[in-house]
Amino acid sequence: MSNPSRLHVPEPPARPGQPPDFSYLQLSPAGALPRPETGASWREVGSLAFGLIRVLDDSHRAVGAWDPHIAPENLRLGLRHMLLTRLFDDRMVRHQRQGKLSFYMKSTGEEAVSVAAGMALEPGDMLFPAYRNQGLQVVRGRRLVDLMCQLLSNTGDMCRGRQLPVMYHSAPAKLFSISGNLATQLPQAVGWAMAAAIKGEEHIASTWTGEGSSAEADFHYALLFASVYRAPVLINVVNNQWAISTFQGTAGGEQNSFAARGPAYGMPGLRVDGNDFLAVYAATRWAADRARNGGGATVVELVTYRAGAHSTSDDPARYRPRDEPEHWPLGDPIERLKLHLMGLGEWSEARHQELSAELDAQVSAEWKEALTFGTMSDGPRLNRDLMFEDVFKELPEHLRRQRELLRAELAGSP
Amino acid sequence: MAQMNMIQALNSAMDVAMGRDPNVVILGQDVGFFGGVFRCTDGLQRKYGEHRVLDTPIAEGGIIGAALGMGVNGLRPVAEVQFADYVYPAYDQIVSELARLRYRSAGDFHAPVTVRMPCGGGIRGGQTHSQSPEVLFAHVCGLKVAIPSNPYDAKGLLIGAIEDDDPVILLEPKRLYNGPFDGDPNKPAVSWGTHPKGEVPVEHYTVPFGRAEVVRAGTQMTIIAYGTMVHVVAAAAQAMGFDAEIIDVRSIVPLDVDTLCNSVCKTGRCVIAHEATRFAGFGAELAATVMENCFWNLEAPIQRVAGWDTPYPHAFEWEYFPGQTRVSLALKAVMEPA
Repeated sequence: MSNPSRLHVPEPPARPGQPPDFSYLQLSPAGALPRPETGASWREVGSLAFGLIRVLDDSHRAVGAWDPHIAPENLRLGLRHMLLTRLFDDRMVRHQRQGKLSFYMKSTGEEAVSVAAGMALEPGDMLFPAYRNQGLQVVRGRRLVDLMCQLLSNTGDMCRGRQLPVMYHSAPAKLFSISGNLATQLPQAVGWAMAAAIKGEEHIASTWTGEGSSAEADFHYALLFASVYRAPVLINVVNNQWAISTFQGTAGGEQNSFAARGPAYGMPGLRVDGNDFLAVYAATRWAADRARNGGGATVVELVTYRAGAHSTSDDPARYRPRDEPEHWPLGDPIERLKLHLMGLGEWSEARHQELSAELDAQVSAEWKEALTFGTMSDGPRLNRDLMFEDVFKELPEHLRRQRELLRAELAGSP
Repeated sequence: MAQMNMIQALNSAMDVAMGRDPNVVILGQDVGFFGGVFRCTDGLQRKYGEHRVLDTPIAEGGIIGAALGMGVNGLRPVAEVQFADYVYPAYDQIVSELARLRYRSAGDFHAPVTVRMPCGGGIRGGQTHSQSPEVLFAHVCGLKVAIPSNPYDAKGLLIGAIEDDDPVILLEPKRLYNGPFDGDPNKPAVSWGTHPKGEVPVEHYTVPFGRAEVVRAGTQMTIIAYGTMVHVVAAAAQAMGFDAEIIDVRSIVPLDVDTLCNSVCKTGRCVIAHEATRFAGFGAELAATVMENCFWNLEAPIQRVAGWDTPYPHAFEWEYFPGQTRVSLALKAVMEPA
């Protein structure tokens, strides 16, 4: 009997024109999964890599062992951060469409992934974000005007005009410089955490990557080093289902969860409802406590959905059903936290509208301020001499010469 | 002063640097308990502990990525890549990350990482243990790149690299680890004990980056070389009876243009020698630099001596290696242009 092998090419459940289908998603009811002690061995917590840690149930109540019991004022702060992130994103996309920005990447639908995790970590923890983690910048108190100046590559740009929009950083806020080369930050975060352990410091590192980029060798280096040296680090895989046009199955998500890569390396893997603010917060806190107490690294898969385009350079209707976002079974993180707070009697539609208007006005005011530092077409511009700085700590002779050549070129001398 | 071969000199450099600065750490494959496959880190784990001399998985990209993160967190990592031929899995971390972190973050982040790697042929290493990839790093903005030709420079450059706040690639010609090599594999091996640059201070010193060394003053021609080829060209010039000025580049980034070009302007003739493949090799950059600066002083076309543009074959190692014959032909050609 012959049974020749056939090449298996993973196909997404639906392409444009087909009905959206999320039946492939393994879901667990809210509150269903146990919350082990943070010191438990990775073998004891193995099932958490396959179920889905959820706290908010279908009627938006917090249930089960993973409920982090966050005070209402902190929940409102989380809501505020998420809403600000979304309004900022929406406005920046609009400005890109108007030709005021070259490029933008929004995080719509994924706000809880960054905001809840950012709030669950300590201010001294070092964050190594990917390019869709703007919520971390917001949580860490970065002013929008600073982010906007980066987007505009203007005189207020913390990168001095060297990076594509959204590749922010802040040394004082402990937000590492974002790279356009994917997943490179993962082994770097592990190395940072190893150094913290070598020096006996209490701070931990946390890093994020998309499920698509988990295919990079750097992801596997990071997990291996994190496991081998029990580095105090959180490795977050934001599984937003889509890597531009390629669905998560092509990154390996069809056969197993991304969280399951944790136990494969001898570390816990937590598969978490990434649109459930409370679940993300609780899972992050669990993994952070574990790392802080010498338990080493955890892989956290945040199951979420990229509700918008990958970037301003692609149209999702070309590769997935136009109405797919509406069928996403885990809802919207802002809406869910809002309804949870309202259920607690700690929030109202009116207050939400009021907050929305306030934050929208803040975005407008900060955009106006950012423009005073220059735009892509007019206003103050960065000094061209800056191009040659920071290649090395000291300006070397050959760059000094090239700077002179550019000056002459700009002066129009033949 | 002590007699040291290049391995001992490199070991001494790391020992001195670790003794002075508790933030200096070493990581790489087999560097800890075993002391490295070439013994460069021998005894350092015993002396400084396993937190400071880390054996790593076989994962060059992980080694450099982790070293970068350690550097951001205040350490001064010295990463060993077991052979330069193995560096390619780490190339993205070196090129896209290590080299450009300071630039992309406008100076707010940097990682003072030193990457050591044995390079070059002449040890029967075949095509996966003989490469000289220096130009792949020289072409990347933000890296300093050095190749010592002797124990004294090796130690001084390595201490300087470790203390430098910029990332440094140190390529160590492994054929020179145990002694100078003039390109003739049939001669008995010579130890560094016979060479003045085998005299190495036991204490701290640095050899500055961006400074070439005139290892022999001469009048008839300038020979520019680095690494193993410094010894090969010296032997060839002597055998041919030419009064050659021989310059050891030592640091290819930054490049000491003045020393090279002052010499060529004086002698009017230039031969460039490296072990790496010829096409788009670092010799091309050197030749262009010399041409731009010395054109009106040149008496003859610049000659390049290099490895052939093939992988480094196991069976034809000495036909591949740019030995004294190939050098001699270039010396002759530069003296008697056709």
